[in-house]
Amino acid sequence: MANIMVGKTAVGAYSFYLPKRDLEDAIVSMEYDSADKWGGEIRLNNGGTYYIEPQALPARFPISLRARRLDAAE
Amino acid sequence: MSELTREETEALIQEVLEVYPEKARKDRAKHLAANDQSVEQSKKCITSNRKSLPGVMTVRGCAYAGSKGVVWGPIKDMIHVSHGPIGCGQYSRAGRRNYYVGTTGVDTFGTMNFTSDFQEKDIVFGGDKKLAKLIAEIEMLFPLHKGISVQSECPIGLIGDDIEAVAKKGAKEMDKPIVPVRCEGFRGVSQSLGHHIANDSIRDWVLDKRDGQAFEATPYDVSIIGDYNIGGDAWASRILLEEMGLRVVSQWSGDGTLAEIEKTPKVKLNLLHCYRSMNYISRHMEEKYGIPWLEYNFFGPTKIAESLRAIAAQFDDHIKEGAERVIAKYQPMMEAVIAKYKPRLQGKTVMLYVGGLRPRHVIGAYEDLGMQVIGTGYEFAHNDDYDRTIKEMGNATLLYDDATGFELEEFIKRMKPDLVGSGIKEKYVFQKMGIPLRQMHSWDYSGPYHGYDGFAIFARDMDMAISNPCWSKQTPPWKKQPEALEPTEEGDLKKVA
Repeated sequence: MANIMVGKTAVGAYSFYLPKRDLEDAIVSMEYDSADKWGGEIRLNNGGTYYIEPQALPARFPISLRARRLDAAE
Repeated sequence: MSELTREETEALIQEVLEVYPEKARKDRAKHLAANDQSVEQSKKCITSNRKSLPGVMTVRGCAYAGSKGVVWGPIKDMIHVSHGPIGCGQYSRAGRRNYYVGTTGVDTFGTMNFTSDFQEKDIVFGGDKKLAKLIAEIEMLFPLHKGISVQSECPIGLIGDDIEAVAKKGAKEMDKPIVPVRCEGFRGVSQSLGHHIANDSIRDWVLDKRDGQAFEATPYDVSIIGDYNIGGDAWASRILLEEMGLRVVSQWSGDGTLAEIEKTPKVKLNLLHCYRSMNYISRHMEEKYGIPWLEYNFFGPTKIAESLRAIAAQFDDHIKEGAERVIAKYQPMMEAVIAKYKPRLQGKTVMLYVGGLRPRHVIGAYEDLGMQVIGTGYEFAHNDDYDRTIKEMGNATLLYDDATGFELEEFIKRMKPDLVGSGIKEKYVFQKMGIPLRQMHSWDYSGPYHGYDGFAIFARDMDMAISNPCWSKQTPPWKKQPEALEPTEEGDLKKVA
C-alpha cells in the first residue's frame, strides 16, 4: 500500500503524486469516475497502474489516499 | 568551447567513468546523462536521490543542515537550538547570509548559535535534563523570543532522547511553542530529507495554531514560499509582488517570523520559489486549506516577466494590469543592464553544480546575458527536479547528479567553460585551474540575485568574475612555452622572454 495524492490540474484532468518516490504524473484512465463510485484501477501516463478502493467522489481535490500498486513502471 | 554533440557528451561521460572500479562505474553511470528533451520522465535518463558511494567525494550535506540551516534557521524571531555536540551549530552559524531586520540578541536571533553543547556524560546519561535547563535559561535571557525549535544532531537519535516530551513540558511552562525536530544528520541520503522533516514539523507543530482565528483578509493575499532571503533575495522579490498590487502575508522563511508562518493558511495563493525544499508544505496546504500553489522564477528579466504574468493570471484584472505596469517600469532598466553586459558576456559558457532550485532557475538569467549553460547538476535533487530541468536545458547538454569531486573536475577540464557556478568547496579548485567561479549557494557574499534589482547585480557579478584580468595570468612567465607567449597589454611578458 502506498500513500498517494490525487489532484486536479487546471484543465480538470486528474493528476497523481507519490510522495515517497517524488513521482508526479498524469492519470490517463480511471476505472470508476462518477459521483457515487470513484476510484478503482488507475493508469498513469508512465504506464504504472494503482488501485484505489472505490468510494464516493471526494468533495475536493487534492486528496491523500491509500492505494495499492498493481504494476509500477520502473 | 562550442556545443558538444550527443555522441561527444556520451563519450565524455564514458571516459570519465573509466577510472572507477566496475561496481562503482555501474552505479555512477546512472547519475550522469546527456540531456534529452524528448524524455518525458527524468527517471528514464538520470537517477537521483540515492545514497552517495563510499569513497568518492560528495558535497552533500546532512538532514540537520537541511532543517536547521535551510528551513528553520532563517525564521528570525525563534531560537533554533542545535541540540547535541557543539560543532554542528558553530560551523553552520551565520554562513548562509539570510538577511533579516531586527536587533540580534533581543528580538531576532538569526546569526546566533544556540547549542546544548553535549559532553560525554550527556551521551551516557541522556541530555533531556540539559535541554529542559537550556529552555528555561533561554526564557530568562531572551524573553522576547517567540518560540524555540530543537534541532536534533546525530547523537540525539542514537541515544534515544525524548525531546518531544521535554518540548511539550517546556512549552506549557513558558506558554510559547517549542518544536522538536527529528532532523538527525544520519537520516536520509542528503539535506533533502532534512527539508522534508522540517516541513513536516512545521505542519505538525506550527501551521494550524491560528486556525479559526479572525484574520483581516484581502483578495490579494499571497505568501512567498521557499525564498531564504540570501543577500536580500526575498526583499527584491517582495517589492515586485507588492508593486503589482498583491499583499505578501508571509515570507518562508527568509526574514520570516513565527507569526507569518502561522498566518500562511489564510492566504489565497502560495508562491513557491524553491520547489525542492518547500513543495511538501505547499502540497499540504493545498490539500488541507485549499490554497493553490504556483512555482515561479525570479532570475533574469525574461523569466521574471513570465512569472509575473503567470502569477497575475491567478487574480483579477487589477493585478494583471499591475503586472504589466511593473514589467514596463523595469524594462528600460533591464535593457540598460543587458546593453552594458551582454556584449562582454555574449557566447560565454557556464557550468553549474548547486542544490535546490538554482541549477534550472538561473539558466534563464544567463541566457538573458547571452551566455549558455552547457552543463548542470544538483547535489540533492529528486526525480521531479530533473523532470523540470530537462525542459530548461539544451539538447545533449551534460547533466550530473550528486557529482563527485573527480567527475566535476574532469568534466570542467574537458568542457572548459568560461565560468563555473558552484559552491565554496569547489571554488578554489577551479580558480587554481584558471577558471572563474562564482559561489552560487549564497551568491559569493553578494546579492540579491532575485528580481529586477537582483538581475543588475547578477550581471555585474558574472562580468566581474569572467572579465577579471587575473585569469590570463595563471601561468607564470617562466613556465610559458616561448611560442605560446603572446603580447599582452603590459608587454612585460615579452621582456621576460
